[in-house]
Amino acid sequence: MKLKVFIIAVAIVFVSCGSDAKKGNETSKPNEEKVEVNDVVVSDDSMQDIGIGPIESMTLSEIDEAMAAEGEVVFKAKCSACHKLSKRFVGPGLAGVTERRSPEWIMNMILNPEEMVEKNPTAKKLLAEYLAPMANQNLTETEARQILEYFRTKKAK
Amino acid sequence: MKTIFKFLFAITIVSLVFSSCGNEGSSKKGALSSSAAEKVYVAPGEHDEFYAFVSGGFSGQLAVYGLPSGRLFKVIPVFSVDAEKAYGFNEETKPMLNTSHGFIPWDDSHHPDISQTAGELDGRWVFINGNNTPRIAKIDLTTFETTEIIEVPNSAGNHSSSFVTENTEYVVAGTRFSIPYPQKDMPIDEYKGNFKGALTFISVDPEDGKMNIKFQLMMPGFNYDLSHPGRGDSHGWFFFTTYNTEEANSLLEVNASQNDKDFIAAINWKKIEEYVNNGGGTKAPANYAHNIYDEHTHSATSTMKKEVLIVNPADVPGAVYFMPTPKSPHGCDVDPSGEYIVGSGKLAAELTIHSFSKMIKAIDDKKFDGEAYGIPILQYEATLAGSVKQPGLGPLHTEFDGQGNAYTTFFISSEVVKWKLGTWEVIDRKPTYYSVGHLMVPGGNSRKPFGKYVLAMNKITKDRYLPTGPEVTQSAQLYDISGEKMELLLDFPTIGEPHYAAGIPAELLKANSKKFFKLDENKHEYATKSEAEAKVVRDGNEVHIYLTMIRSHFAPDNIEGVQVGDEVFFHVTNLEQDYDVPHGIAMIGAQTSEVLVMPGQTETFKWYPKQVGVWPFYCTDFCSALHQEMQGYIRVSPKGSDVPISYTLDGDAVDAE
Repeated sequence: MKLKVFIIAVAIVFVSCGSDAKKGNETSKPNEEKVEVNDVVVSDDSMQDIGIGPIESMTLSEIDEAMAAEGEVVFKAKCSACHKLSKRFVGPGLAGVTERRSPEWIMNMILNPEEMVEKNPTAKKLLAEYLAPMANQNLTETEARQILEYFRTKKAK
Repeated sequence: MKTIFKFLFAITIVSLVFSSCGNEGSSKKGALSSSAAEKVYVAPGEHDEFYAFVSGGFSGQLAVYGLPSGRLFKVIPVFSVDAEKAYGFNEETKPMLNTSHGFIPWDDSHHPDISQTAGELDGRWVFINGNNTPRIAKIDLTTFETTEIIEVPNSAGNHSSSFVTENTEYVVAGTRFSIPYPQKDMPIDEYKGNFKGALTFISVDPEDGKMNIKFQLMMPGFNYDLSHPGRGDSHGWFFFTTYNTEEANSLLEVNASQNDKDFIAAINWKKIEEYVNNGGGTKAPANYAHNIYDEHTHSATSTMKKEVLIVNPADVPGAVYFMPTPKSPHGCDVDPSGEYIVGSGKLAAELTIHSFSKMIKAIDDKKFDGEAYGIPILQYEATLAGSVKQPGLGPLHTEFDGQGNAYTTFFISSEVVKWKLGTWEVIDRKPTYYSVGHLMVPGGNSRKPFGKYVLAMNKITKDRYLPTGPEVTQSAQLYDISGEKMELLLDFPTIGEPHYAAGIPAELLKANSKKFFKLDENKHEYATKSEAEAKVVRDGNEVHIYLTMIRSHFAPDNIEGVQVGDEVFFHVTNLEQDYDVPHGIAMIGAQTSEVLVMPGQTETFKWYPKQVGVWPFYCTDFCSALHQEMQGYIRVSPKGSDVPISYTLDGDAVDAE
């Protein structure tokens, strides 16, 4: 009995010396990054959520129509492939977005989408719903600000 | 029982020792020290220390590897079509391969050389020669794409090319085969005295790198094999090896090996430049293509040029001399100081090193030994600096480490030999596996080599890798040259024939590498800068589809009104503005490749619908989690059908909002 066990043990040693043995340590490890799926608790007042990114606080004054017009041009060129105003498309419909989200959050979502969809609870929830992650279109802060102004002119009906 | 145990135990141990896990097989040739693996190990996510641009030889391309890891990053299409990148398949790049012989989908790419400023690598461009249908290409090192190709007229077998002068004033292209000049119908055996060898000096604009043939020096009908520029004191000169000074036109392996010595031609290009700038030379009719790719229109144009300036060496006294060099010299390599010119006589028992300062003195002292076609031949001893005795068999090429050492490859004896400049003593020799051609030290042909590694490029590998049928890979081998003795670190397989390479520290390039093209700067004639601008336009039997792509849909993606017999152009713009988000597109039945479109770029392919039906197109580059959803349909109606052109996305017009 003991002999049998020993022979099996020896056999295992030999088998483990096969070509896979060496690889095992180096190459067959899957990507260890774990995607944690937490329950997303979105704050009741999402207007208080500024998101994560370069914009920490903003004060808005009266709508600047000229800036909004510039924002419309940038929006059409860089964003409209995925966002319509009136309806859900690849991403959410954006009419009235400034009534649902803080200006900081909107700016950060445009400027820092990768980190937002990874860490910000609201953005994570949106990703879960829409599946297509927000694309980084490498807009400047000025362009993002112009788009924000454009959004301010587009209220929810 | 116990003894059985002991016996089995002993057997186990012994077998383990013998088998040693089977990975350190019997194929080791010479023990590698245990640290070799560490020296080439670049951990996942880490970057290599050097870029190596390794030519593909008969593949016609240029491969980009990292050193010391030997990892392949990219194959840059240069002279051959590449379906993966649509090079030569899409409408934008087809003009790049235009020549006076028409569209040529292939060439033989040999000698990459990186641009220099003040004799040091500046990392702006790589130049490379096409041998077969003589051309010089320029690759932009911000995009790693071929942006210019100029055909070289009056040349054949463009081999002693494409080496740059110290400030990239010129990239030089010499002909291997001499041919009639001007070309004409004549008996081949009247070669001698009638054929000519053109050495072409192509100026490079210091701002945008634009190439232009400044002049062609029409030399005697020898074979011009390799060349290198002078540097330091010898800046202003260029040196070319010659063989077949016998001017044989058949069985060259015998008939071109008759003379004890051939020549290294020393060309004072500054003197010729001055002559030309003062109106010298003769304008002669020619016909050659000049192809330029513009990164803003994302398109190439091809222009046929009709004239070239010819210079006869006899008309510029003091500009050209011959230095006798034994036995069909091949490599012609200039050390970092510019003083030594190493000639590798393929059939010689020793390496010949000429001295630039002695050459100048010999010219001043008129130490001539006759002339060939009016070109003075300098006395052999008068220019000789020394020779490396019994270095090996079949010397080919030499590079330098900047520490006073030279490294020469030996094809027949399959080895790299390290020797000392000035004393000419052999310091070390290491085998290559097998039949090494060129070798490369990053910056090894500049004033400032980075003498840490040498890369040897082998023509034959035989048993070095798992067999793959009759055709097996060629290879490169990396040696550590930081110590007194060289150490073989790594073998790695290559694309095509790794003919020659140019290396540069990664730090000099990587910060300049472009991440994407700005949509605002896209000046393509058929660019579509937003989905609202997407459209389908009929013009006779041409249909132009202005299509956009973004993760993960096309706009429009439902197209109707196309008919059998139409010529359909897909002008596809990638609207993404982020790093590493290309999209591809393929159309069923299109007799071309996919196109792979970088962010902000527009590319075009053609489709000739032949069958009625509804036919799909889709994204070929896995772009997002919803990549499989990125598709569209085209309705093809019979010729003459009354189905109108229409195009939609999600049931709406593309500019619905």
